[in-house]
Amino acid sequence: MNKIKVVVLKEWAEVFRNKLVLFSVAFLPLVLLALPFIMVIIMNNVPLEEATVDDIPEALLGTMCGGMSEADCALVYMLNLFTIMLMILPVMIPVTIAAYSIVGEKTSRTLEPLLATPITTSELLTAKAVAAVLPAVVATFLSFVIYSIGLRFMVNETIYNAALGPIWWFAIIVVAPLLSLFSVCLAIIVSSRVTDPRVAEQMSGIVILPIILIIVGQSLGIILIEARFLFLVAVITAVADAILLYFAVQLFQRERILTQWK
Amino acid sequence: MIKTNALTKQFDEHIAVDSLDLDIADGELFGFLGPNGAGKTTTVRMLTSLIAPTSGTAVVGGFKLGEDDQNIRRNVGILTETPGMYDRLSAHRNLSIYAELYEVEQVERQVEKYLKMLGLWERRDDPVGTFSKGMRQKLAIARSMLHEPKTLFLDEPTSGLDPEAAKLVRDFIEDLKEAGRTIFLCTHNLDEADRLCDRIAVFNGKLRVVDTPTSLRHSLFGNQVVVQLAASAEFYTSNLTSLPFVKECVADGNRLLLQMDDPAANNPELIRVLVSANAPIQFVSEQTHSLEDIYLELVNDK
Ligand SMILES: Nc1ncnc2c1ncn2[C@@H]1O[C@H](COP(=O)(O)OP(=O)(O)O)[C@@H](O)[C@H]1O
Ligand SMILES: [Mg+2]
Repeated sequence: MNKIKVVVLKEWAEVFRNKLVLFSVAFLPLVLLALPFIMVIIMNNVPLEEATVDDIPEALLGTMCGGMSEADCALVYMLNLFTIMLMILPVMIPVTIAAYSIVGEKTSRTLEPLLATPITTSELLTAKAVAAVLPAVVATFLSFVIYSIGLRFMVNETIYNAALGPIWWFAIIVVAPLLSLFSVCLAIIVSSRVTDPRVAEQMSGIVILPIILIIVGQSLGIILIEARFLFLVAVITAVADAILLYFAVQLFQRERILTQWK
Repeated sequence: MIKTNALTKQFDEHIAVDSLDLDIADGELFGFLGPNGAGKTTTVRMLTSLIAPTSGTAVVGGFKLGEDDQNIRRNVGILTETPGMYDRLSAHRNLSIYAELYEVEQVERQVEKYLKMLGLWERRDDPVGTFSKGMRQKLAIARSMLHEPKTLFLDEPTSGLDPEAAKLVRDFIEDLKEAGRTIFLCTHNLDEADRLCDRIAVFNGKLRVVDTPTSLRHSLFGNQVVVQLAASAEFYTSNLTSLPFVKECVADGNRLLLQMDDPAANNPELIRVLVSANAPIQFVSEQTHSLEDIYLELVNDK
């Protein structure tokens, strides 16, 4: 346990001195929070045009906005999209941290002395994963808390309840960590093959694609984000986690890391 | 104690280490000498259980390779070919991380001890990225010592260092030997191996020879005596070839080069013969071969 802790703290000390990593961990949440707040302020002050309401897919109207005015419904719908966008955090942050930490160790050749110590490869892998996942989960959770507190003051209770129901807490507490694990495993696998952290980050960055697809799906009315859908996402992510974790562990063997990670 | 038995490592088609047999005693400073690509690093990696041998066995510090790897890692120190430091972290932080990973009990005390011993204490809070190559190497040596290993593997510790830093590192290695540690020193620097090591193995994929530096010289070249004359040496060779103890005699300008079994016993007689032939002797000296000659001889003899 102590060794895992030592490595995790080492990872943070190294990686957070990198500006690009700091940017993704600190700046990205700020942007994703600022956008919905700005939008709410605008929508509270500018009268809504009919067109916006017409844009909302028929399928969503009924489930989402039972008994709401059309303007309120439009707002709930927009907020929903922003909440999904917050899920970019648990995906992007671990990718960035893991890519920089693993490729960094490869290029500065720090893996060999590290592997010569009595740390086990599973301790090392765990430490790498925790170092990448923990900041992501914390950043996501904090962002969501700030988001919901902010909204509480900016919109009325009906809208608040419709926009931030319990399914979103499920998303943040269960789905976000699962997504983080997925992205860190992918980053480990990709990083073992490349020597430039930016390439690793971009390649692993494709994990945000599904989230973008969900956002698009929702805005086109193809997907309806409700409890059953989120639960399905959680199950799929968990299965994918198990598969990717298996490959990451396979790749993360002493001899492999030393002789094949070039 | 390090003992290997037919230790072999094969990468795809290429055999990097071929059936290596070594027997290194406790407290010995053992030189592992070979050109680039000889398989020295591969051998060290096997013996520190970083990579698994393709075949063969080894015992390192009393622990069997492949069975007790965790204990081997716990009990040996390794200076890897490249220092591999966390450049953004301070020297002190780098060492404390490793002290923790090596399960050292008094982390702070050990880190301080070795930072001071290698003259890095003043710079302990500076990021390693600002260190010179020599300083990094010293820091890496400090790192390999934190857990006070009985057995130490040093992979080319002075390569790429300036003469001053190299000397400091060599002095430190001598101190380590004085302290009774077993040291496996990889090098392609002959002079270094000659000066430091109890025994030297010449290795290029296969083990060529293992012996003390002195007997390596003798066994390969015998003893050569050089007589420097004030005149051409050619004229005197016939006087000498008839002597029973002279195995070979050649003239080289004003010099006579003689191959003899025991120069100390036979030189007086040799000189008497030359003097009676009126040879104008300037100097008589023993020709010692540099290890370099021996080494090149062995390494190139495939
Ligand atoms: N992981 C590897 N895969 C394939 N070949 C390797 C690998 N590691 C080393 N080699 C080869 O094995 C030989 C010995 O390498 P090495 O042990 O690094 O030599 P040295 O340390 O004596 O310079 C070299 O020819 C090298 O190319
Ligand atoms: Mg080498």
